[in-house]
Amino acid sequence: MDRIVPAARDLIAWLAEQLWSGFGVLLKMPDELFALLVMVVVGSLMLVFLSLLPLFFVWLERKLSARIQSRLGPMEVGGFHGWLQTVADTVKLLLKEDLIPAGADARLFKLAPMLAVMASLAAFVVLPFSDWLIVADLNVGLLYFIGVGSIGVVGILMAGWSSNNKYSLLGAMRSAAQIISYEIPVILSLMPAVMLAGTLSTQGIVQAQSGIKWFVIANPFMPLAFLIFFIASLAELNRTPFDIPEAESELVAGFHTEYSGLRWSFFFMAEYANMFVSAAIATTVFLGGWHGPFAAGPLWFLLKCFLLVVLMMWLRWTLPRLRVDQLMSLCWKYLVPASLVCLFGAGTWYLVVNRLRGGAAGTFWFGS
Amino acid sequence: MPEALTPHPPARALEPRPTQVAFEGDEMVLNMGPQHPSTHGVLRIVLRTDGEVVKEAIPHLGYLHRCFEKHAENLTYGQVIPFTDRMDYLASMNQNFSFVVAVERLMEIQPSEREEYIRVIMAELNRIASHLVSFGTYGLDIGAVTPFLYAFRERERVLDIFEAASGARLLYNYMRIGGVMRDLSPQLLDQTRAFVDYFEPKIDEYNQLLSFNRIFIERTAKVGVLSAEQAIDFGVTGPNLRGSGVRFDLRRDDPYSIYDRFEFDIPVGEGLQGQVGDCWDRYYVRIQEMRESVKILRQALAQIPDGELARRPKSIKPPKGELYSRTESPRGELGFYVISDGSTNPFRVKARSPCFTAMSVFGELARGAMIADIIAIIGSLDIVLGEIDR
Repeated sequence: MDRIVPAARDLIAWLAEQLWSGFGVLLKMPDELFALLVMVVVGSLMLVFLSLLPLFFVWLERKLSARIQSRLGPMEVGGFHGWLQTVADTVKLLLKEDLIPAGADARLFKLAPMLAVMASLAAFVVLPFSDWLIVADLNVGLLYFIGVGSIGVVGILMAGWSSNNKYSLLGAMRSAAQIISYEIPVILSLMPAVMLAGTLSTQGIVQAQSGIKWFVIANPFMPLAFLIFFIASLAELNRTPFDIPEAESELVAGFHTEYSGLRWSFFFMAEYANMFVSAAIATTVFLGGWHGPFAAGPLWFLLKCFLLVVLMMWLRWTLPRLRVDQLMSLCWKYLVPASLVCLFGAGTWYLVVNRLRGGAAGTFWFGS
Repeated sequence: MPEALTPHPPARALEPRPTQVAFEGDEMVLNMGPQHPSTHGVLRIVLRTDGEVVKEAIPHLGYLHRCFEKHAENLTYGQVIPFTDRMDYLASMNQNFSFVVAVERLMEIQPSEREEYIRVIMAELNRIASHLVSFGTYGLDIGAVTPFLYAFRERERVLDIFEAASGARLLYNYMRIGGVMRDLSPQLLDQTRAFVDYFEPKIDEYNQLLSFNRIFIERTAKVGVLSAEQAIDFGVTGPNLRGSGVRFDLRRDDPYSIYDRFEFDIPVGEGLQGQVGDCWDRYYVRIQEMRESVKILRQALAQIPDGELARRPKSIKPPKGELYSRTESPRGELGFYVISDGSTNPFRVKARSPCFTAMSVFGELARGAMIADIIAIIGSLDIVLGEIDR
């Protein structure tokens, strides 16, 4: 005993010294390298968050839809309200046979779900969870979000084409047409906020909304812009009432008809992650991001995002589905002109009202 | 091109369709069914499409054919009744009703007063249950999932009543030639009264949730327009015919049982949201018919006399002869043509299926529609494959 204690002491002292010098290395690091390290750590956090998010969302959607439809939803697995149900489902999906149809283009067929997931993962880079919790505060953050967002459609198109199934192909073609069309109102409705903030950086946009100066109430055109963004992003997400690409009553399961197991779950994961990304961008651009009463931080951000996601789910279980041509006419005849009106209106308001009030650029219509 | 696609000659000049085709592209043959979420059973439709626009839709039937009519020749009259259950399995009571009325007319017998009321109560309850399924699945077809569960919640109560009366929840085999299987207890009548009171306000809920939803109207109004004369030419009956604005209901126009004692309206399509005879009209006629069924149920429940059930004939041997008898099932004119040779077995039983005639007009409605419209049209015709194929 009397020999072990000093040895342990020595070991701990040595460990502490090593650890300290390790921290010392961190401190002595050049700034660029340190920033990279922080990025990696935050990125890994984000990855964990992202993989758990669909599990939670699927469970939440099941419970919500059950409430709406006067059912109970999952109640058994895991005890409390079936909270382990989606975990069990994931295990099932992992164990399922990986099927590639005989007539499929195997290489594209395998690549498609990866591309879809990659696109939604990439968008997480610019989401500002709080003033420090962001993977990379790009100065072209919004542009980047729009850019990587449209990679997802390539994955969908690829899936539909390579499956060698007519339903898949129809679903993919619908999806491509839909997502490309709805990108325009999405971008146009984000622009007024960019104009107000004077930056494309997501962190910059949030900082411009400190206090309660949320952009959604910054001028009379912004609520409309928010509404347009919300509707158009529903269409981009293929959610009801715009779930035409995977309209199960028409196209069986649309572009992922032939997918099974993990590859199928990748599409599913991408869908739910995209839902969160859209809600997060709406929160960032219109609802003040991580700002909130009492304390600003990730909690406020998550709260706002989850509220928007719940709203999307609520809509899904209430509304029927539009037809392809009606979807297109809604986009081109109503949303695009309305978002242009928003853009010009918000710009004019910004110039005229601020000039009348004698305020400097960047102040708000309700005074500052 | 496969032989299956040889076009049937069109019955009449085609009306111009609302969908505009900007350019003609390559055609694609799309096989829909027999395993497809929205063909309401094992229906197979072969679509010839140009992009999303359907140029031709050919239904292929027979996946559920069970030789009902041939079977019936080798069974006694009483044994045929459970086979009628399996025709339109969503409205088994009405199928039973139709067959027993046919045989009773052949034998010239009548059930007791109380049994007549029990039959009407059961038939109208089943009409509500059947229209609920139609309403719910139509919502599913259009993409709204929630109405389906609401409809099944209410249908469950009807099924409870049926279960208490007959012991079965889907295939009741409840009506008998000359009466019904078992009397209804006073508690069960009270339960039915409670259901009627519970159910009537729910119809408004459905209207709020689905019927007057803007998206739902966009999807169904001016889609699959069936003109009145076209409907009559094709022999379409029931809510599909009434949806086209023809006020024809066998319960009023050729009354059977005791339907002439009740007051009820016959809702017809009025083109409230688009054209007369579109999918929305056919859908809405069914919603309104549920209200009318509630009216009939209230009257029947108030008037039902106490009393014993009639003694049913021991042996059922209708005299030599033949007869066509028709009743209004939830899907239209359900007729049985029965030939008797004086023995215990029918010589021939032919069922006239309302769904079969409704399906015959489908090809006309589908031409020029979009793939999504095909689903809306099938759903609005409210077909049951068990009855088409028999």
